[in-house]
Amino acid sequence: MIALPEPKAEVLARRDDIVAGLRALLPADAVIAEPERLRPYETDGLTAYRQIPLAVALPSTTDEVAAVMAFCHREGVRVVPRGAGTSLSGGALPLADAIVIGLMRLNRILSVDYADRVAVVQAGVTNIGITQRVQEEGFFYAPDPSSQLACMIGGNVNMNSGGAHCLKYGVTANNLLGLRIVTVEGEIVEIGGAHLDAAGYDWLGLLTGSEGQLAIVTEVTVRILRSPEGARAMLAGFRANEVAGACVDAIISSGIIPVALEFMDRPAIHACEAFAHAGYPLDAEALLIIEVEGSVEEQDRLLGQIRTICERFDPVSLRVAQTAEESAAIWKGRKGAFGAVGRISPDYLCMDGTIPTSRLPEVLGRIGAMSREYGLQVANIFHAGDGNLHPLIMFDANDPASMHKAECFGADILKLCVEVGGCLTGEHGVGVEKRDLMDVQFTPTELDQQRRIKSAFDPGWLLNPHKVFPLAAAAA
Amino acid sequence: MQTNFSPDQLRDPELAESNTILRTCVHCGFCTATCPTFVLLGDELDSPRGRIYLIKDMLESGGPATEPVVRHVDRCLSCLSCMTTCPSGVHYMHLVDHARTHIENTYRRPLPERVLRSVLALVLPRPWLMRLALLGAGVARPFRSLLPGKGMMAQRLRALLALAPRRLPPPSAAQSPQVHRAEGKRRGRVALLTGCAQQVLAPEINEATIRLLTRLGIEVVIPRGMGCCGALTHHMGKHEPAMAAARANLAAWSAEAEGEGLDAVIINTSGCGTTVKDYGFMFRAEPEPWRGRAERISALAMDVSEYLSRIGYAPTRPAPALTVAYHAACSLQHGQKITVEPKALLRRAGFTVVEPAEGHLCCGSAGTYNMMQPAIATRLRERKLANLAARRPDLVAAGNIGCITQLSGGDFPLVHTIELLDWMAGGPAPASLGPLLAARAA
Ligand SMILES: Cc1cc2nc3c(=O)[nH]c(=O)nc-3n(C[C@H](O)[C@H](O)[C@H](O)COP(=O)(O)OP(=O)(O)OC[C@H]3O[C@@H](n4cnc5c(N)ncnc54)[C@H](O)[C@@H]3O)c2cc1C
Repeated sequence: MIALPEPKAEVLARRDDIVAGLRALLPADAVIAEPERLRPYETDGLTAYRQIPLAVALPSTTDEVAAVMAFCHREGVRVVPRGAGTSLSGGALPLADAIVIGLMRLNRILSVDYADRVAVVQAGVTNIGITQRVQEEGFFYAPDPSSQLACMIGGNVNMNSGGAHCLKYGVTANNLLGLRIVTVEGEIVEIGGAHLDAAGYDWLGLLTGSEGQLAIVTEVTVRILRSPEGARAMLAGFRANEVAGACVDAIISSGIIPVALEFMDRPAIHACEAFAHAGYPLDAEALLIIEVEGSVEEQDRLLGQIRTICERFDPVSLRVAQTAEESAAIWKGRKGAFGAVGRISPDYLCMDGTIPTSRLPEVLGRIGAMSREYGLQVANIFHAGDGNLHPLIMFDANDPASMHKAECFGADILKLCVEVGGCLTGEHGVGVEKRDLMDVQFTPTELDQQRRIKSAFDPGWLLNPHKVFPLAAAAA
Repeated sequence: MQTNFSPDQLRDPELAESNTILRTCVHCGFCTATCPTFVLLGDELDSPRGRIYLIKDMLESGGPATEPVVRHVDRCLSCLSCMTTCPSGVHYMHLVDHARTHIENTYRRPLPERVLRSVLALVLPRPWLMRLALLGAGVARPFRSLLPGKGMMAQRLRALLALAPRRLPPPSAAQSPQVHRAEGKRRGRVALLTGCAQQVLAPEINEATIRLLTRLGIEVVIPRGMGCCGALTHHMGKHEPAMAAARANLAAWSAEAEGEGLDAVIINTSGCGTTVKDYGFMFRAEPEPWRGRAERISALAMDVSEYLSRIGYAPTRPAPALTVAYHAACSLQHGQKITVEPKALLRRAGFTVVEPAEGHLCCGSAGTYNMMQPAIATRLRERKLANLAARRPDLVAAGNIGCITQLSGGDFPLVHTIELLDWMAGGPAPASLGPLLAARAA
């Protein structure tokens, strides 16, 4: 079980005054303080960890965010930012003495400039909301986390989120141009702008992936891209996880970069088929979804090359989607994959380690062995082209022993990732989940340097202080 | 998701069912994005995931419902958009139904609200009372802006009066108990649920259904003893009246099914269709013969568009040059997962079919929702009308009387899909298209 810092007793004692202070700043329906109405805010996409906050504030404008931040700073109250609450690392997990600032009411698209291919959106706009807004004009926003339907751009910036199509287009960091932030003191600051590579230090790079620890993001300027001429997905089924893993490595090392290269194993294939009816091969042990894009000729050429590589690995099936509906169903299944696992297990822990693709077969084999040792099932669904693993450890949260085993199993997987030259997190962030493993990856000096950056932005450690750093290091 | 019920609680079959549903949820949050109230209000508590959490807490505690929980559960439209979105297959409908019954049984609403809910539960399912009430409302309607007060109750009463139609159509003889013989050789035999509110507000929908089906060789039975499907009271958490209404229908339809036989029970009000298809679940713990009857009837229940796709439909008139925006009623698209059939039929009939953006979002009608939550319902209505208008349709078609009433009064006429299909297959043009067609002819 994860430890949380001691709540400050003197803050808890001022609870009513703090709530009254918030109410003076925000409309009546924007402050939540009754215990039963706070409960649904106690957790995010990682429900194993829960903590009811002191109060929730739901500002609707940057100015309201600034007012709340200035107030909390003055009062010495901790703040936990929250977007859609889909974090899988407990990034939005509250603290007993903290205010949760929910950004979901900042949900407007402020401007779209097709000539310069730039969109300015508020932090609470959903990831897919950007693409939905521009797609009729033939554009899209490239990073596509599987949670893109629900997760918000402010959360994406703070987790530097990735997705299936990031193999070609890069992750959030590669598609950002500017931010409007509110500092911990409540000051509004603009960073970057509607052009590439702003002058001065790369503040944008520093803030991307900062997990709500440096500032509150209220507006985001993103690059939008022209939609490709067309795209087609191929489904390749294999006899074993390791074989599919080897095929991934063969594709990547041949120099072909498909636009997406995704992996699912047997449990995942079956759960996703039940949800999406995509025609996944139910007789395969492992499935690769390989998408290529461009003109029809380009697609044919790439698919031909990929097919040749796949055939070396004795596939049980190879099928190319023939219609847009088929492709849509294939992606619907893949993007709903984690949720779909809810059909076969009441709870899961989703891991997020990254490894060199050459080690895929070996690591998948070792995860399989661990699964047998721990007696817990695993579903593997991940961005294979990037070597970004997502083993989902299935367990029963109503059984404490099962929960404990799942946590230990998860830690072992992440240590394995580091051991083979990878890292703890590909895209879900450290949050609270991987916090205590940070010293497996980083030396004390490295951790200290990161801590000092946090202190420079937030000397009082008021913003999301219980995440990312091992608790002892954070307190130091 | 973890739950916390005692073994004792889990012996209660209702709680055990809800526990199973809750444990399917993995809290991924996908549902928040497609929930109309979350989109409007931006608060986890007004999202399905938030409500699931509130309900879980309420049921686990075992205590009476409290005001905050009631407030957020009341704001749920039961549009079931969340169930379309949910990858895990959480049966939100059964969970929220359970919560509503728990609220109705344990929570005392303020007196004016209690009275209003009781009046609606009494009047809406009874066509003759409904007719009387609407005549009264018609008299009061012009004075609705004089209703004092800004409170929720005054808003509700104004909304109620605004919904009352200006002119009430005369009762239609076709809807009373009888057998409508098939034209030509009989190909099938169905019972038609004539509904409660719909038969008063828009008898032309049942008339069109009967005309079209009999013309296609289907015998249409209007059995005696059939009435409201029970959805209205069911969604208010009034369990017993809902079960009584359902029982009356089960008896009427089973007599036909076990007698001369039925190929289907046809429903042309999708809100009712969702409920009739759920009779099997509602009666799962009831003694025989009810349980078996409910299962059989649920399996026979079909939306009229579903049935027409099965038996085949072809127009007999030349295609009109009209663009129809198809408005997907939530009870059809989310409740019954019927999405392609109505559009395919309209295209087959010769119409150009367009769909609005945000088609998955509810129009705010949602049974009695537009009377109980007028502020949210009005915002959803305006959003829907704007999305429809953006497609520049000549008219809008929907498969549910609730949506038709809710969206009327905009810039385009609203008709039931079946009226258009009947028209193109030899029936009269829908009366509400009169001005449009006259303008076209001129
Ligand atoms: C089913 C499922 C699939 C997923 N698939 C992917 C995937 O493919 N790729 C991927 O990268 N992630 C994935 N995720 C993880 C998650 O969706 C991402 O981390 C996402 O970016 C979180 O966005 P959110 O709006 O939900 O933020 P939250 O979960 O609310 O918050 C995430 C973090 O950002 C901070 N934060 C949020 N908004 C702001 C703001 N405006 N200013 C400052 N800090 C803020 C929070 O404090 C927290 O630390 C998945 C999650 C689920 C449940």
